[in-house]
Amino acid sequence: MAFDYDKYLRPGKLPHIWCPGCGHGIVMKGLIRAMDTLNLKKEETAIVSGIGCASRLPGYIDCCTLHTAHGRAAAFATGVKMARPEMNVILCGGDGDGTAIGGNHFIHACRRNINMTYIIMNNYIYGMTGGQFSPCTPTGHKASTTPYGNPDPGFDIAKLAIGAGATFVARGTAFHANQIDKLIVEAIQHKGFSVVEILDDCPTTYGRRNKYKSVIEMMNRLKEVAVPVKAAEKMTAEQLQGKILTGVLYKDETKPEYTAEYAKVIERAKAAK
Amino acid sequence: MSKKVAFLQGNEAAAQGALYAGCDFFAGYPITPSTEVSEVLSAELPKTGGKFLQMEDEIAAMAAILGASLAGAKVLTSTSGPGLSLKQELIGYGCIAEIPCVIYNVMRGGPSTGMPTGPSQSDVMCAKWGTHGDHPAICLVPASVQETYEEVIRAFNLSEKYRTPVMVMPDEIVAHMRERIVFPEPGEIEVTPRKLPTVSPAEYKPYDTSFGDVPPLAAFGSGYKFHVTGLNKASDGFPTTKANLVQAEEERQVRKVDANIDDIVTFEEYLLEDAEVAVVAYGSTSRSARYAVNVAREQGIKAGLFRIKTFWPFPDKQIKALAGKVKGIVIPEMNLGMCSLELERCAQGKTPILGIFRVDGEPINPDQILDKIKEVK
Repeated sequence: MAFDYDKYLRPGKLPHIWCPGCGHGIVMKGLIRAMDTLNLKKEETAIVSGIGCASRLPGYIDCCTLHTAHGRAAAFATGVKMARPEMNVILCGGDGDGTAIGGNHFIHACRRNINMTYIIMNNYIYGMTGGQFSPCTPTGHKASTTPYGNPDPGFDIAKLAIGAGATFVARGTAFHANQIDKLIVEAIQHKGFSVVEILDDCPTTYGRRNKYKSVIEMMNRLKEVAVPVKAAEKMTAEQLQGKILTGVLYKDETKPEYTAEYAKVIERAKAAK
Repeated sequence: MSKKVAFLQGNEAAAQGALYAGCDFFAGYPITPSTEVSEVLSAELPKTGGKFLQMEDEIAAMAAILGASLAGAKVLTSTSGPGLSLKQELIGYGCIAEIPCVIYNVMRGGPSTGMPTGPSQSDVMCAKWGTHGDHPAICLVPASVQETYEEVIRAFNLSEKYRTPVMVMPDEIVAHMRERIVFPEPGEIEVTPRKLPTVSPAEYKPYDTSFGDVPPLAAFGSGYKFHVTGLNKASDGFPTTKANLVQAEEERQVRKVDANIDDIVTFEEYLLEDAEVAVVAYGSTSRSARYAVNVAREQGIKAGLFRIKTFWPFPDKQIKALAGKVKGIVIPEMNLGMCSLELERCAQGKTPILGIFRVDGEPINPDQILDKIKEVK
């Protein structure tokens, strides 16, 4: 029997705003399957986003949803989580929202290791505003504001998250749809700040400027560059050239989680009263 | 039983006022001259299970209190000029999404880094016009340590009652001076609770105007699920670009304050009954003004003081009436004429407005005000 996505979707809110060929809908379906696997209660789950195409995702899901300002999802979500630590807090958004204007909030949420899950849909571009280059646009690629090729080096979101102190970091792709929910399930189950980067595509504003002839070609590229971490262990540096690792890239279960640490602060304050 | 008395700094009193009002969540970022609020609340809040967060920047602090308020907390942040500039983005979010919160901003010299330890009153326009778009604004300007305590409580009450961000803006002198303060007993000052929904979660809409201009606000995690956005929204919280809905919602948000000006605006009239010269002042400057008015009276000049306690909404009606009665209005302020412009607007040319504008980090002294009072013919 086909999976019933309707049980987590808000009635009357579809069709979504995403263009044909965009991978965001694949990610949303993955998130819904993950929520169902974990049997997350809708009224006990907050989904928080910033601004951009990917940040429109919460509006379609029937939970406590907060569509904040550009880049600010992690900071709003920190407030929600600290006020109600018992809630499941999931963040989502795009690469520009999360790593440029929201970069500071992102690294500090990683550093605190607060128990939330951040799903970053990385399509290498600012899609909603028409295809300007983001901190994740590959060097040399074309965007509406890099007509001569992008001079900027890009971020590796997963490495950034690990370096900043996140304790669960995974990467998937919109092509590998069946893996997305599994990564998100593991991320939500992890006690600490978890980051799931999903390599995505934007045929409308990125693909057409960078000589991808079709959505299928963009999807095939995701299929070709992705190498599961396990498989990569057996590959040579030469074979790994131009490849991107997928799967669970990092997991640390020893670092204290922030809401639990703050509960100890409360205990100490009460004892000192 | 005698009441508890203390010798407190304005910022410390603000923190105590927040606790009296039931504040259980604070997020801030270190900035002179308001950091004492953070320091006091970092110690006090966890004693009763409250949360204190020092965020990565001013914007994050504003975001965190908005998120916490949506999750049902009573929230405060504190800052000063440069921080207020940074917070403006999300103050606008608080206005359009209608999220109760209190912003305590100590006015120091500006623009930019300006004079971090010097007093100023140059953020009063920023309180109303700082964030883009049309929106309601409430801003209180206390003049003493006791009043800072009480106005922070009132700010929480107004914020909950009208479901909108409220600012409390002492100048640096009020924030850093120490005075005697008499604490009210629990229950002595009314604390306004948030208007919660009376309908079931299935029927709930976060902007349902059938409950009036201030719709009830449910908390995330309390059994209600709903959508919140910074986009123009319909009554169900979802974005809309329907012209009639956007117009009606924008007007309602502003009307929450505009239709309740008499409930919000507070002021003090001192020796104004027979006054021929009125000094209009606020914050620490009003203390020099009171002294100057007393000296003027001793010298046979019929002077009086109109002290602004609520800067926004501005006491238009009262200033208009005052302008029709006196030969001149003197306005001392620690900026280059911000309140002065509002007085000109309200006075409509009926009486001259004489300004004393200082931005050198020095307080305005009574002699300066007395000299200006004497210039009124």
